[in-house]
Amino acid sequence: MTNTVSSSLPVDKPLIVAGKEYKSRLLVGTGKYKDLAETKAAIEMSGAEIVTVAVRRTNIGQNADEPNLLDVISPDKYTILPNTAGCYTAKDAVRTCKLARELLGGHDLVKLEVLGDQKTLYPNVTETLSAAETLIKDGFKVMVYTTDDPLIAQRLEEMGCVAVMPLGAPIGSGLGIRNPYNIKMILENAKVPILVDAGVGTASDASIAMELGCEGVLMNTAIAAAKDPIRMANAMRLAVESGREAWLAGRMPRKLYASASSPIDGLII
Amino acid sequence: MKIQINGEPLELADKVTISVLVSQMALEGQRYAIEVNEEIVSRSNHDTHCLNDGDQVEIVQAIGGG
Repeated sequence: MTNTVSSSLPVDKPLIVAGKEYKSRLLVGTGKYKDLAETKAAIEMSGAEIVTVAVRRTNIGQNADEPNLLDVISPDKYTILPNTAGCYTAKDAVRTCKLARELLGGHDLVKLEVLGDQKTLYPNVTETLSAAETLIKDGFKVMVYTTDDPLIAQRLEEMGCVAVMPLGAPIGSGLGIRNPYNIKMILENAKVPILVDAGVGTASDASIAMELGCEGVLMNTAIAAAKDPIRMANAMRLAVESGREAWLAGRMPRKLYASASSPIDGLII
Repeated sequence: MKIQINGEPLELADKVTISVLVSQMALEGQRYAIEVNEEIVSRSNHDTHCLNDGDQVEIVQAIGGG
């Protein structure tokens, strides 16, 4: 792709999470893909550098040659972000994080999510706060999935979470950013990266998150459940970049009435 | 003796270490983490940690997730 204009623009500052710099502001999950080949292709196309994984029981005694996700999404190439998906209590989430740290040879960056119920997969905020406290004390660097409540987001930041990730809409719903004003309020006081996590359905949703001033966007289903996941991964990469560019550029003020783009002077009538 | 491994019962003839169990499961060389009775047993202790009757063992790996 040729791009002659951007080379003259100042380079954007990197996304910094727990002291590490990332060029990509798109974070992606690895669930719901057809197979590992599709997972690998989509993640490469997305340009993401931080990739989430889940921790589950190993299939005992079944096909020993079955390829492992981490053989395809190598921890040497990507920052692996283990999640606590499926955990409904602080205890289970902490236990899962400890297993993940052992699994990844001491890697201590985790995505904490403690869910409230199976229908909404909404965060259980009280359990999330409790788990965050335990994990931070134990030396984990916690990227926390939470509601779009500005006070809770601030509390999680004050506790020492390295990133706060409010939902745009319920996990896997694809409804987009349901409450952009809350995301704006969260952003106003934040000193750690705020990333929209969950709810993105298509490219414009990712752009909206970035145009609001988010430091990044985390998504899974929007790419994996697209008809062509590889193409959607590309769309999301571009959407996050263009949304970020628009944020840096600063949008024009909204006006109720028209304002002509062509001059009035020199009209022939 | 009898242990539980990933929620399934398993009968073991002798007292074994985690490393022996792992090789019996044909998991050698794979990326996994192990918990015994809800406590992590770090990889460096797999050669020496012996399993006891009634132990609850969890062996986990990374899979696709969001």
